[in-house]
Amino acid sequence: MEEMNINEMKEMVLKYVIKEYIDDDDVTITYETPLISSGYVDSFSMVSLLVFLENKFKIKIPPSKATPEAFDSVNSIVALVNQYLEK
Amino acid sequence: MSFPESIRSIYQAQLADIQHAGIFKEERFIHSAQSADIEVEFPSGSELKKVINMCANNYLGLSSHPDVIKAAHEGLETRGYGMSSVRFICGTQDIHRELENRVTEFLGTEDTILFPSCMDANAGVFEAILTSEDVMISDRLVHASIIDGMRLCSAQHDTFKHSSMEHLEEKLLLHADKRLKLVITDGVFSMDGDTARLDRMVELCEKYGAMLLVDDSHATGFIGKTGRGTHEYCGVFGKIDIITTTFGKALGGASGGCVSGRREIVEMCRQKARPYLFSNTIAPVIVSGVLKVFDILSANTERRDKLEKNAAYWRKGLTEAGFVLREGNTPIVPVMLFNAKLSQDFSKDLYREGIYAIGFFFPVVPNGQARIRTQISAGHEIHHLDRALDAFIRVGKKYGILGLTKDQIIEKHGL
Repeated sequence: MEEMNINEMKEMVLKYVIKEYIDDDDVTITYETPLISSGYVDSFSMVSLLVFLENKFKIKIPPSKATPEAFDSVNSIVALVNQYLEK
Repeated sequence: MSFPESIRSIYQAQLADIQHAGIFKEERFIHSAQSADIEVEFPSGSELKKVINMCANNYLGLSSHPDVIKAAHEGLETRGYGMSSVRFICGTQDIHRELENRVTEFLGTEDTILFPSCMDANAGVFEAILTSEDVMISDRLVHASIIDGMRLCSAQHDTFKHSSMEHLEEKLLLHADKRLKLVITDGVFSMDGDTARLDRMVELCEKYGAMLLVDDSHATGFIGKTGRGTHEYCGVFGKIDIITTTFGKALGGASGGCVSGRREIVEMCRQKARPYLFSNTIAPVIVSGVLKVFDILSANTERRDKLEKNAAYWRKGLTEAGFVLREGNTPIVPVMLFNAKLSQDFSKDLYREGIYAIGFFFPVVPNGQARIRTQISAGHEIHHLDRALDAFIRVGKKYGILGLTKDQIIEKHGL
């Protein structure tokens, strides 16, 4: 895939999170919003986000790294993805 | 002594946190049999108060039905009190198998296995029938017991947006490579009182080769023309692969549950489901009572018809009074208040008025969707509902929410 800067990655992940998980139009999600600890995303629903990231960025995230903590905000998700992109 | 102050203080701090968060649960002691009119001691030590019960799962009003009580007495006399064994050692009586056959016939399935509760049925079924090669795809609002059961299972797990068939189809495509796909939903959702779109779900499962599991605990006995459940209501009777349900709600309300469905799946549960293997099943006295419940339900549809009328009457009354309700067509009628504190204050005021109805808020329901959940019963008479409605209107006026929209209530009371 084409080289993406960090903000483009965040924007892409944010768009996916809103489309996939947020039903309420009143809810505003930012890069910092806690997703799992605030109850917007339940830990069971993370699998589709994992599949999305792996397909989109052509990476493989080991299950041990796909933790609720690592997936708790767009910022932390993109940081995780970056670790595997760099390798 | 292995419980020193240092350990005790850890738990005390956690309990204080729960209290501080306003989610500390307190029991109210009922001194009478379960019915529309109950006598309650609350707070503990206070004088008994006569109230109308608007929050029991006693949908058909059978919890204290004289014929059920009589049958339970007879069961106690003829089959004894306990089994002192799990099913496969020496804990199965003829009436256990008789009840399994009655449930199979009633639900239109191939076979049934009893569990000590539906919580246990849901805890056992997934692990018994799926492996890591498989996937479970569940509605995001399924009951907590299903979530716990899925956690015990090694199959992958994914979710779809509540009742979104488009999203479910996306997920079935996403997981097309899995050996087995199991779609999981409640039949009637307990907090919102809405009904799963089982007709469409059956179509999708057939199209993508998936199995369908429905927890029909809030439907068995009264949803559908003859009360068979959500599958009857949706016109897919006989097409659900797995139904889990309870005897602890409409069907007498004591305890017990089951997995009912495809023969091989039920047999897998008999061989592998841990709550079945490592716990006594339903006590004979309860089995005898539930068998009588099925006799009553098979005789006519009088009770579920009365329940349907009561629920429509109640919903109409609340709507005309100007409350915001969750849309639905079941005896679960949530009165939306949105603000958590308002839901608690409202419930307390109702209690003072002689109406027992509980306020629910996050994390039991999503943030900002606090409500009073009312549940209607065939045991209610119109005078109960009229009295309850008067109380709701008085309390609603006190908080100035009658006739307001969702946004207006939030503007007035905050989120």
